Amino acid sequence: MKKTGLSKTTRSNFITYGIVIVLAAIMYILQLTGILSSSMQGFLVPMCIYVIMAVSLNLVVGILGELSLGHAGFMCVGAYTSAIFSKCMESTLTFAPLRFGIAILIGAACAAIFGMLIGIPVLRLKGDYLAIVTLAFGEIIKNICNVINLGLDSEGFHLSLKNSTELGLAEDGMIIIKGAQGISGTPKDSNFLIGVVLVLVTLFVVLNLINSRDGRAIMSIRDNRIAAESIGINITKYKLMVFTISAAFAGVAGALYSHNFATLTATGDKFNYNASIMILVYVVLGGIGNIRGSVIATIILYILPEKLRFLSDYRMLVYAIVLIIVMLYNWSPKMKEYRAIAKAKIKERFGRKKEEKAV
Amino acid sequence: MSFLNYLINGLSLGSVYAIIALGYTMVYGIAKMLNFAHGDIIMVGAYIIFNCMNGLGMPPLVAILAAMALCTVLGIVIEKVAYRPLRNASSSLAVLITAIGVSYLLQNVALLIFGADTKSFSSVVSLEAIKLFDGQLTITGEAIVTIVVCIVIMVGLTLFVNKTKAGQAMQAVSEDKGAAQLMGINVNGTIALTFAIGSALAAVAGALMCSAYPNLTPYSGTMPGIKAFVAAVFGGIGSIPGAMVGGLVIGVIEILGKAYISSQLADAIVFAILVVVLLVKPTGLLGKNIQEKV
Repeated sequence: MKKTGLSKTTRSNFITYGIVIVLAAIMYILQLTGILSSSMQGFLVPMCIYVIMAVSLNLVVGILGELSLGHAGFMCVGAYTSAIFSKCMESTLTFAPLRFGIAILIGAACAAIFGMLIGIPVLRLKGDYLAIVTLAFGEIIKNICNVINLGLDSEGFHLSLKNSTELGLAEDGMIIIKGAQGISGTPKDSNFLIGVVLVLVTLFVVLNLINSRDGRAIMSIRDNRIAAESIGINITKYKLMVFTISAAFAGVAGALYSHNFATLTATGDKFNYNASIMILVYVVLGGIGNIRGSVIATIILYILPEKLRFLSDYRMLVYAIVLIIVMLYNWSPKMKEYRAIAKAKIKERFGRKKEEKAV
Repeated sequence: MSFLNYLINGLSLGSVYAIIALGYTMVYGIAKMLNFAHGDIIMVGAYIIFNCMNGLGMPPLVAILAAMALCTVLGIVIEKVAYRPLRNASSSLAVLITAIGVSYLLQNVALLIFGADTKSFSSVVSLEAIKLFDGQLTITGEAIVTIVVCIVIMVGLTLFVNKTKAGQAMQAVSEDKGAAQLMGINVNGTIALTFAIGSALAAVAGALMCSAYPNLTPYSGTMPGIKAFVAAVFGGIGSIPGAMVGGLVIGVIEILGKAYISSQLADAIVFAILVVVLLVKPTGLLGKNIQEKV
């Protein structure tokens, strides 16, 4: 083994970017040549959305070591705020890429603010309590999004929590959010290329964060909170940082989401904790703490159900069973012991050859 | 007068939450894990009762006993297969995620077996509603039975935990597993017993909940389960009277919130309470303060 730790991580990072770029290029070519079915084409942007979600959730679950079950709530914030912006500016700012760019930034910023607001109380908690509070926050966000009515006319914004007729809009007014019916008619600014670029940006930020001084401090909190605190690592700061960054990227994913579909509602299970758990499944099956794994697992698990239609009734069942088995296999102390013994035996039998392969 | 009606509805719903919260609080107190699948055991119990009553024509009481027995077995199996191997895992995250997996598994198995359509649960209570003040105040039979059952369970469990050997073993295990083992207590057995009791209570809660709110789907158990956890945290996790107080408070707040503020925001209000409680008094109303040891 050469002692070039940094170049190894850099190489590993470039492999991750490479995988994304190559896959994106293949998809793009398939799309251009018309081989890709139209239903699969509709899958491309959501796939980018969920890759961003999984990578950003992995930052909290894998790197910080805390379970967040409200990730879809941040996505909801990003989706709503960016869609509100785009709807308001649709007539004044006609250059779509710039408008969408600003919308993404607004979505990310608002989600980050929420992440920070939620992070502050959550900092006092850990483990199960933290998980349930993030779940609670996610549900609160979803519930509030469901009752908001927002309108815009020449006098400015009107807000009502009851129904859209109570807004008292002037004649030139426009209803932006119509309660549970949500936002409709958001300009469809997102496309696959923007999605891939955003995935790469997310990966770039997250991977560089992990391999930075801050990233190592965050991982030390995960591995032993008390030891980390005793050597002067500011736990509050880093936890808040991770929550904010992760929420910001969920907001980016939300902006992509709201600009990809004609209507945006918070009803159903798009933004509730089931959606958060779905993303958690991607993270766990890709490997907790393994960013590249999250990318690959998300892509596979997102395409697989489409390709295996005949299994659609059993899809969630299979996910659940695989989730349990993966957790038992990776985390059970007995299993770890057993695996160590098995590994030693394999090494013994095959000597150095196998060892090199394993590395 | 409508306020009194709401209050009674709230107390009835709160009693259901209290019974579910008991399962959470006991399991959390002993195994130190959030059993996400607890809410889904309620759903399984309700489906068993539904099928026993409608399919096999059993009387309600027999159906409930059958559901309790099956849920007990289910709880023990889940604990043994999914949770026990991870009890000493290096991260508490592992068992939490596994519990989420179990919850998903139960939902999807129920979906395959019982179907996605909403079943209309027939009440297990045959008590007539009491009408007071010329019919202005109605107390349904379900509400009376739920509140009484909740109180009986609470008293019974308190006596069980404080007066019997098995109950004291539970207390010992929740204090210190290692020391309890040294004293000759069967730790695995005690934890399994806790899961068994919690799951049996979940079946009872399923019967009472679905009698009052008769729409049964594979996802019926999730939200009540989470709210009951809120109740358990509110009352102080690990405390049996705390679960009762927490359950009743959450139930009343939910119903009053639905009636007077907004039916869509009632859930948000309940969750906001959880956040506030954890901020102000993380150990809950009646919980004990546990110092973290290095």
